[in-house]
Amino acid sequence: MVELTVNGTTHQVDVVPEMPLLWVLRDELGITSPKYGCGIAQCGACTVQIDGAAVRSCQARIADVAGKAITTIEGIGNGKLHPVQEAWIEHQVPQCGYCQTGQIIQAIALLESHPTPTDTDINEVMSGNLCRCGTYERIRVAIHTAAGKMGGK
Amino acid sequence: MSSVPVLSRRVFVFGSTAVAGGVVFGSYGWAAETPAAPTPNPLTAGLGPDSVAFNPWVEISPDRITLIAQHADIGQGVGSIQPVMIAEELDLEIGQFEVRFAGPSPAYFNTGFAHEIAPFMAADQSPEAERGRAAALEWLRQSGLQMTGGSSAIPDTYEKLRLAGAVARETLKAAAARRSGIAVADLRTEAGHVVLPDGTRIPYGALSAEAAKIPPVTDVKLRNPANWRLIGKPMERLDIRAKVTGELIFGIDRKMEGMVYAAVKLNPNKGQPITSYDASKAQSMPGVQKVLKISNGVAVIATNSWYAMQAAERIECVWEPSKYPADQAGHWDIVQSSFTPEFLAKQWRNDGDIDAGLNGGTLVEAEYRAPYVGHQPLEPLNGIGIVTDDGMEIWVGHQTPQSVQDIAAKAIGMKPEQVTFHNEWSGGSFGHRLEFENVRALAEIANQLRGTPVKIVFSREQDFLQDIPRQIAMGRYRGSVKDGKIVAADVQVAATPPFKELLGRMGMPPKDPDGQLAVGIWNMYYDIPNYRAASYEVQGVSPTTTWRSVGASANGFFTESFIDELIHAAGLDPLQARIDMCKIPVYRTLLKTVGEMAGWKGPLGNGKGRGVAFVEAFGTGVAEIVDVTMTDAGIRIDKVWVAADVGKVVDPVNFENQVQGGVVWGLGHAMNCELTYANGSVQQTNYNHHEAMRMYQCPVIEVRGLENDYAVRGIGEPPVPPAAPALANAIFAATGKRIREMPFNKFIDFV
Repeated sequence: MVELTVNGTTHQVDVVPEMPLLWVLRDELGITSPKYGCGIAQCGACTVQIDGAAVRSCQARIADVAGKAITTIEGIGNGKLHPVQEAWIEHQVPQCGYCQTGQIIQAIALLESHPTPTDTDINEVMSGNLCRCGTYERIRVAIHTAAGKMGGK
Repeated sequence: MSSVPVLSRRVFVFGSTAVAGGVVFGSYGWAAETPAAPTPNPLTAGLGPDSVAFNPWVEISPDRITLIAQHADIGQGVGSIQPVMIAEELDLEIGQFEVRFAGPSPAYFNTGFAHEIAPFMAADQSPEAERGRAAALEWLRQSGLQMTGGSSAIPDTYEKLRLAGAVARETLKAAAARRSGIAVADLRTEAGHVVLPDGTRIPYGALSAEAAKIPPVTDVKLRNPANWRLIGKPMERLDIRAKVTGELIFGIDRKMEGMVYAAVKLNPNKGQPITSYDASKAQSMPGVQKVLKISNGVAVIATNSWYAMQAAERIECVWEPSKYPADQAGHWDIVQSSFTPEFLAKQWRNDGDIDAGLNGGTLVEAEYRAPYVGHQPLEPLNGIGIVTDDGMEIWVGHQTPQSVQDIAAKAIGMKPEQVTFHNEWSGGSFGHRLEFENVRALAEIANQLRGTPVKIVFSREQDFLQDIPRQIAMGRYRGSVKDGKIVAADVQVAATPPFKELLGRMGMPPKDPDGQLAVGIWNMYYDIPNYRAASYEVQGVSPTTTWRSVGASANGFFTESFIDELIHAAGLDPLQARIDMCKIPVYRTLLKTVGEMAGWKGPLGNGKGRGVAFVEAFGTGVAEIVDVTMTDAGIRIDKVWVAADVGKVVDPVNFENQVQGGVVWGLGHAMNCELTYANGSVQQTNYNHHEAMRMYQCPVIEVRGLENDYAVRGIGEPPVPPAAPALANAIFAATGKRIREMPFNKFIDFV
């Protein structure tokens, strides 16, 4: 049994210790916002926060994250839309949308370390998140908008 | 300038195929023009009490209004704009209706293919062309083919969904008139209500039972676009919020009571069965419940997807070897040797005197290549299925519902009508969800576990290995220039026929040449007096299929690269020469527009280069300009400008997003991607081997949508083909180096 705290709720799961967090979230707990895209940290669709840091949940062994605070997109805005989500809606970033929860969690991490990022900062941090639909330019613009919203608070 | 060339082109692809459905379409909408036997309304069977379905797109019950998105939503936004087009005429506000995807029915046959399969060029408005398109439409009606693809979602539904909304509105008014005794002319509709002259508002839901008892009012007029509330205006896509909050349920997210999880290991020698296997290591792994053999591999049933995938990889399999060459070089050898009369599919054009033209000037020759490429949408192939003794129910994101029924039924020895299909929101497709690898495997597995719901998820590696790629293609081009003019071009393409192969796998193999291999060589609009174009269909290599923009993704690159070479040899400006040679006014305007957007004034110098390309695909003309800089770290793409003409932009924000995405798709794969075979298997098994574009390589992409075309066109695919040649032409302008083969990173570094 591993004890896991996701979005403030504690869960007990009975899986092998090397199972990646992604699959525990999706298949054991039914939290499907982190997506399976590649399984080898190449796409970023599975990104969640662990103790506040953006992490590829496909690479996090469940035994290593027991007792840490795991936050998925459902827990990101405390019941409201996060400013990054608002910016994503404003610029209508998604097409298929499959990568976007991971993009948003990565963008939140970026804005925490770079509150007013340049395009170069954005490219550096966000290039690990693949979008097969090609929404990159909208993501860049939305991140600038979100930076403005968060700076204003 | 001469008028549009009227040339015999793509034969009626469906003319020679088996008819898939029965007699179709009904008495709704514009049926008065073309009387046909009524088709059963597919919504009728599932109606609750006191509910009405006026046509296959609108369902109203006392407690809810449901609008049907006819096409599959693969990220292109049909789950939003299609119901919105109905809501426009039905006077519904956003939030007053639910959206459901269409089930399989010939009532949903795709009218949007009529332009594409009729043998006339897109710009041709002659009576002969219109008759050809009417005949094509009739074939489509009879085939009942319900397919998402070919950038047809808007052309197919632009009229019929507005009509569906108008029919529903007028029928509700007729019901309200009956109830109130007030003439229909004195009633109006607003925000989901019929409004009486005294201001009384009757909700549509309160009229559904009475509306069900009267025949739908089909004598309706569509509203003047000047009065539209929603269409053509910036709007929030209905799915945006759910995609930003993570609430949207994709196919891979669905869960069912009692469900088991399946992962597969399938023969990477595509199309071949499994010989034998040893599952001893897998069987004792945690979470594993069962190992099953299926026709082309093995499946592991486990308590979750990860356990199943881990165990599947540990099964040792002996595969039947491939029927195509084991290694990539063998594939190219076959392509190269296919330029012979035996493999000639069709000579699509022969204008003037090609031999005299080629001999009458300075000869230019070039050979081009386009490799196999993967689709690899980010949501891997998946699905849920339950088989019982009575039939199968399947939940899967797919672009041809009827074919899912056929393929699944065949796999388990049932009849197609015994398979109930539910579509799902899909995390991309790009042509991947027109194929059936997941459907067939799921059906075979669920059939061995009758009564238990089975969820299949392909690992990314299996998805790559089973991805039926884009066609492999070579172009052999010759041309000549004289006195600053292009006098001849002889264009020969050898490629696998992607659409023909797909139709074959759908059980409708056409005998005719694949019209997709004509795109980009037949519909070439420059005034070149001696022009010949032919396609050769390659046999005996990997199976291939439609990949976003299909034939044009390779042919557009070849032709627009070669035109650029001829323009250079003639000493002309790449943009001005194209404008001067372009015979179609709408397309000439696109070239001029994109030049204005980019501020084209000839060469940039200082290591910078600018390239232009124009391709018409699926009826939509698209002109693109790419700017690059040669830096110490390689080529950097600075900016892209796009002008596209779709006749009517129905969803402007999403239009821009689609165009930008198409450019990223076209550039990224041209730069960085190919699939190659070794020992019968594709060597690239994850995104690190087949990366396409990431953000750091993505330029700003400025988009302008024009509305000069006489017909409403699609935009999902047409921005793809001009991207690669515009980039290659820009690289030439910056470096003097011609790149004639994709992926370009084999020949030049990118930042």
